[in-house]
Amino acid sequence: MAKASENIVLHVADVHKTFGGLHALSDVDLSIEEAKTHAIIGPNGAGKSTLLNVIVGLLPPTRGAVVLDGEVLTGKKPHEINQMGVARVFQTPEIFIDLSVIDNVMVSAFAKRDGAFKLKFSKSLENEKEINQRAVKILTEFGLEDKMQEHAGSLSRGHKRRLELAMCLIQQPRILLLDEPTAGMSRHDTNTTIDLLKDIKATGMTIVIIEHDMHVVFSLADKVSVLAGGRIIAEGTPDEMRASTIVKKAYLGEAS
Amino acid sequence: MFNIPKKDAITFVLFAIVVLTMPIWLTPFGASYPALLQKFAIYALLAVGYNLLFGLTGYLSFGHAAFLGVGSYAAVWSFKLLSMNPVLALSFAILFSGIFALAIGYISLRRSGIYFSILTLAFAQMSYKLAYSVLSPITHGETGLQLTLQDPRAIDLMFIERGSSLPTSNLFGISMSGYSGFYFTAIILLIGFFIAQKITSSPFGMMLKGIKSNENRMNYTGFNTKPYMLTVFVISGIYAGVAGGLLSITDPLAGAERMQWTASGELVLMTILGGVGTLIGPVIGAWLIKYFENIFSAWNESVLHGFFAFLPDGFEDIVVTISSKFVGEGWHLTLGLMFVLVVVFLPGGIMEGARRIGTMFKNNKDKKTKQSSDSEKGEG
Ligand SMILES: Nc1ncnc2c1ncn2[C@@H]1O[C@H](COP(=O)(O)OP(=O)(O)O)[C@@H](O)[C@H]1O
Ligand SMILES: [Mg+2]
Repeated sequence: MAKASENIVLHVADVHKTFGGLHALSDVDLSIEEAKTHAIIGPNGAGKSTLLNVIVGLLPPTRGAVVLDGEVLTGKKPHEINQMGVARVFQTPEIFIDLSVIDNVMVSAFAKRDGAFKLKFSKSLENEKEINQRAVKILTEFGLEDKMQEHAGSLSRGHKRRLELAMCLIQQPRILLLDEPTAGMSRHDTNTTIDLLKDIKATGMTIVIIEHDMHVVFSLADKVSVLAGGRIIAEGTPDEMRASTIVKKAYLGEAS
Repeated sequence: MFNIPKKDAITFVLFAIVVLTMPIWLTPFGASYPALLQKFAIYALLAVGYNLLFGLTGYLSFGHAAFLGVGSYAAVWSFKLLSMNPVLALSFAILFSGIFALAIGYISLRRSGIYFSILTLAFAQMSYKLAYSVLSPITHGETGLQLTLQDPRAIDLMFIERGSSLPTSNLFGISMSGYSGFYFTAIILLIGFFIAQKITSSPFGMMLKGIKSNENRMNYTGFNTKPYMLTVFVISGIYAGVAGGLLSITDPLAGAERMQWTASGELVLMTILGGVGTLIGPVIGAWLIKYFENIFSAWNESVLHGFFAFLPDGFEDIVVTISSKFVGEGWHLTLGLMFVLVVVFLPGGIMEGARRIGTMFKNNKDKKTKQSSDSEKGEG
């Protein structure tokens, strides 16, 4: 047990979130292990996005705390939480639609260096070229190399998602949060995304993925937590979840 | 520091040529007298600086006239107390407008969107009103702050005797009025334009564009956007302060009306008319509005008669009567109509119009070359 907790990257400790009278999250306790992919599934309105919002500092929890590598995130600002290594892909892509694709990635790369605002012009000149090369490299890996100069707003939805993922990864985050990365995608695009995420996983990245599509969950996840009505009702390996009757009743049965 | 992209270098050289030759090419438009040329350079600088804030970040300040006013007062006080040297006056304009922008920006930037605009407007109007009342020992209220024969001018009077007439600002003997004054303002404009180019193409500029595009994303990407906003707000305020300083340098009289909200509004008009977010657009906007305000407003029926003399007599009278409503006092009407047309049909301002015409020509040319190559093929 002691050994396992050493490998915990992110700990969501008894988080509770209410909106007025609505209990969006109740006693949610999650431990995300290093280099593992942890899926969170559950019906619409279960509180999955709310959970991510609490983690990234968009919403303060009513009770409880979020801890990254032993440091409490709760109470910090979104930009500070990102600086500590939390990167998120949103359910609807959040990108800079007026900037070119390459600039989108460059801005993210600069954030790691300049996010906290230090006026070091000499330093910024030195690294610009290197950052540009890294941006080109990652866009090429993501198959966006021939779209680099296009406006990000003109990309297809699937490409926007992929761009947002590239923006997160160029920051070399400690943990990657994905909110339904394949929602609204064709089977073919979904499979491409699965392959991409498998590659990312293979680099040793710690991933939290919220997903509707069971095919995606079973191809990627090492561990699955089921959220329903703001509570975690089951947790285990994908196979255990497939076999669980509670899960079937609460979620799988209704979804398929 | 000086390595700028090739495209920017070309733009800068062309811009410099256009600005420095203004006394020549503005002659046919009747606008090449020094006082107006100086205004063209000064308001272009003001618009370039304003666009750094509004164009890059999308934050609409309605209070930049306050910084213009502060710069004007600082420069005149520098003349009165120390010296008629314009560089010294500009240094004070920069210092005081910078401090002012820091204070106003610090508070106004706690909000964004319309609330930010209203806060800046409130501060500017407050400054304007205070200049007439509480602060009149500094601003000399309604009379305005001007030079007097009794001014201490501590530095100047160490070197020269007090004259019997009011001195004019001069840089080591070069007068800051007339054409030499224009060239001084033009050089400051070029420096300001260069810095603006530099900022726009730098990573800092890229981050400002990121703020305009999606400020939330900037936060989740790890940016603390507030200090970035404050920095550009202060830079932009200093541009306005320098413009105000230049107004005083070319004509040492500072009045509170420079701080009124209409002056800020005019600046917004200039930027939108020319093209928000482009470097050249706001300059063109500034020139157009200043041209209208100073030249077009002086046109009257006899000018129009001269203009339409080629028409048959009766018809000429009708045309003149109708068009006279749009010139002279009616210049606001023309400007207003132009503004409406631009916003409705060219949301990117005059620069978008220029770009569209550019691509139209290019397409035409492409078509022609294609046609000619096709016909060659046909013949072959
Ligand atoms: N900012 C908010 N204010 C009020 N209610 C919210 C807010 N965000 C989410 N909710 C509510 O909380 C519940 C959980 O929403 P959400 O986390 O988006 O669910 P999921 O992502 O699992 O579909 C829903 O009932 C939703 O209406
Ligand atoms: Mg959701």
